[in-house]
Amino acid sequence: MAYSVVLAGPVDIDGWRAAARDAWRAGISPDRLVFHVPGEAGDLFGGEPPPPPRADAAMPLVPRDFLALAEVAVRHRDPARFALLYDVLCRIAGGARGLLDDAADPVVARLRDMAKAVRRDAHKMHAFVRFTEIEGPRHVAWFEPDHYIEEAEAGFFIRRFAQLRWSIATPRLSLHWDGAALSIGPAGRRDALPPPDAGEALWRAYFGAIFNPARLKPAAMRAEMPEKYWKNLPEAQDIPRLIAEAPSRVRAMVAAGAAAPNPNPQRRRTPMATSTEGFAELRAQLLAADLPEWASRATQPVMGEGPVGAALMLVGEQPGDEEDLAGRAFVGPAGRLLNAVLEEAEVPRDALFVTNAVKHFKYTQQGRRRLHQTPDAGDITRYRPFLRAEVALVRPRLVLALGATALRALTGRAMPVTKSRDLHLKTADGMDLRATVHPSYLLRLPDAVAQRAERQRFAADLARAYGEATQTGGAAHAGGGASGANRS
Amino acid sequence: MDLLRKLEILADAAKYDASCASSGTDKRDSRKGGLGSTEGSGICHAYAPDGRCISLLKILLTNACVFDCAYCINRATSNTPRARFTVDEVVQLTLDFYRRNCIEGLFLSSGIIRDPDYTMEQLIRVVRCLRVDHGFKGYIHLKTIPDADPGLLAEAGLHADRLSINIELPQAASLAALAPEKNFADIHTAMGGLRTRIADAKEAKRGERRIRAPRFAPAGQSTQMIIGADASDDATVLGTSVGLYSGYGMRRVYYSAYSPIPDASVALPPRAPPLVREHRLYQADWLLRFYGFSLDEIVAGGEGGMLDLAIDPKLAWALKNRADFPVDVNRAAREMLLRVPGLGAKTVGRILATRRHRGLRVDDLARLGVRLAPALPFLVALDHRPRMLDGAHLRAQLTPAPVQGSLF
Ligand code: SF4
Repeated sequence: MAYSVVLAGPVDIDGWRAAARDAWRAGISPDRLVFHVPGEAGDLFGGEPPPPPRADAAMPLVPRDFLALAEVAVRHRDPARFALLYDVLCRIAGGARGLLDDAADPVVARLRDMAKAVRRDAHKMHAFVRFTEIEGPRHVAWFEPDHYIEEAEAGFFIRRFAQLRWSIATPRLSLHWDGAALSIGPAGRRDALPPPDAGEALWRAYFGAIFNPARLKPAAMRAEMPEKYWKNLPEAQDIPRLIAEAPSRVRAMVAAGAAAPNPNPQRRRTPMATSTEGFAELRAQLLAADLPEWASRATQPVMGEGPVGAALMLVGEQPGDEEDLAGRAFVGPAGRLLNAVLEEAEVPRDALFVTNAVKHFKYTQQGRRRLHQTPDAGDITRYRPFLRAEVALVRPRLVLALGATALRALTGRAMPVTKSRDLHLKTADGMDLRATVHPSYLLRLPDAVAQRAERQRFAADLARAYGEATQTGGAAHAGGGASGANRS
Repeated sequence: MDLLRKLEILADAAKYDASCASSGTDKRDSRKGGLGSTEGSGICHAYAPDGRCISLLKILLTNACVFDCAYCINRATSNTPRARFTVDEVVQLTLDFYRRNCIEGLFLSSGIIRDPDYTMEQLIRVVRCLRVDHGFKGYIHLKTIPDADPGLLAEAGLHADRLSINIELPQAASLAALAPEKNFADIHTAMGGLRTRIADAKEAKRGERRIRAPRFAPAGQSTQMIIGADASDDATVLGTSVGLYSGYGMRRVYYSAYSPIPDASVALPPRAPPLVREHRLYQADWLLRFYGFSLDEIVAGGEGGMLDLAIDPKLAWALKNRADFPVDVNRAAREMLLRVPGLGAKTVGRILATRRHRGLRVDDLARLGVRLAPALPFLVALDHRPRMLDGAHLRAQLTPAPVQGSLF
């Protein structure tokens, strides 16, 4: 005599437990009991409902891990799952307490495989559900699981997206979370999904860019992301193209071979003087120093600015009116001219460290205007220690003196700029040095023709200095450009 | 530059970091607010055609870099196009991809701009904004700049799940030659600092200390080594790894076979090493950590300090130690079963549990997940005794046909 039990639904573990308990207590052997899920394929020639349990029959006793296994295995699509579980239940309750440890038992092995497939399906659902935001706002997704996992996995999405409203539709049902409670609705439709949005294009761009064409392993990809999932993954639409293009991309890289170093390498970019300890301390010393009386009339000391470790360091004369107020070097008329000429010379200004030989604005008052006054030899000497300290902090490969004051401050000797312009010089501390005019010299030239010629010459000097400073392995400097304090 | 182009440049620049792990951090979720969850195991939300898992949004804040590491596409003298995200752009991208359920979180790294502190500060601004302003509960892996200020490091560890500093190359001399601004000793010092903080935070959490240490990178630290860019042999590579695992409590040492990059430096070997070398190193790494093999044993399986590329390191060891076999699956101890080719740690666990119930036959072994082809020559079951153990052709028989074709 065969009996049959009709369960409430595909994952009706409670119904199965009650029926299985009763059937066992009624003494029904596994081969005489079938379980039915409405709408699921299976043995349709079911028999009658099983008889009630014998009143004196004990309750079946099972270890906890059997229940854990059953709870997962019932979500499998295999119509035999309930019957297999009943088979194991009967044997365990009949005395084979350790049966689940026997991984070589064919039924146990099959149930374990089913549980494994369900867990994998759940894992893939966590991974491959893709939400799109629609009005509401609500996040909606379409997913096609292999097994009956939707109800069980809703919790994962609730924990993750508790503060959002979302819906996940599948061919069997739909899950809806309104921010407080979960409801289960009817099956969804794939074609009801909203069209792709801008964010999806970004995600696809990321997918394409993070892939390394030199390591093509499509089989490994397919093993973990089987093709059946692709149609619901926006990024997967690009896979055939990425695979097709990979060999030619790699060939191009190999053909291109080793590249020549970029003539304009990356340098520390910074609009303001780096406020590392050294510079802060230097500034503090300058504020406390015993300086000529005129210095106390300046607004503030003006330190250099630019990247520490800059290959090229420009040294001018002293801050002007605007520099004094702003507290920054080369922001006045001469600075603007310098910037323009640097651009003509294709020298990146923010790769340079720019400063002055004298750190305060020396001026004479004339009415409401402050007129620039050239610092004298004594002034230069008073500020020299600060300039030397600054050069030591920046450690450029080459220093370029702009004008006679800077040249004197750096060499310690009075030298005419015009005669030094094409020479390889050294600072008093032995660093590579070149000299050119100060940009304000150009501003003072009365004649437009002379101005144009001088400007060109100035640009050529700047370009040459920058080229020498950044040329790799060049003679400009030994010891490397980057400051030893900077490591990643 | 538009956001899409930036994303392409800055993801492309980040892809040479192999790690995409999102597992092993503390559990949290958004039921009390915020966005996201972590539940222990990582999730791979997609796989790229290179077979790698995509779990995190792996990007650089900027690929501008003032360092000149020869093996790196972002080095100062490379001609690669440069881009830089704003803090807000990274935050919004992370949140948007996360809400789509495309990622577990963020792996953020950066080229060195200005100086270590400045660079580190920029990275921290991103994670602070995600954690504090947006209540982001997803996973964050932050690349750490070795010389950064301790205060910055503390804040990084407060927000990030994992911190990492790349060892880059297996030996000091190689690093000095190829990454002149980096320093092997400094990198180790920084890893040591991370280890101390990670351990303190963990002890505080377990209540083993009276002093409360703040949260610090609960998913620990990892590192990456580039393989094949210098002349180091596998013995050197694995020796360095052993030191990294034991000295600094690394969760993982990633091996990254030097791969052709656009705009390669002239300082590098003209060709990439075979990818299978990287694979063998991972296998050896695994055997060292979970199978009770010593470094000497692993290295002895190969020749001249290099692993055998044709067969996996466990099989290589077994072939050179045939006197230790065959092993009886019905009697041998766990330690010995772990040394049998074709038996994984899980399978060994199942064998031990199952053999209490029955004597194991070959059919049973197949059901337990044993890979029979490599295993049978080395083990005894109720219905099996190997004949080939001393046969000269055993290695040939067990060597798989070469599948690792060269791409060019
Ligand atoms: S520090 Fe070196 S490895 Fe890091 S981004 Fe810069 S060049 Fe690349």
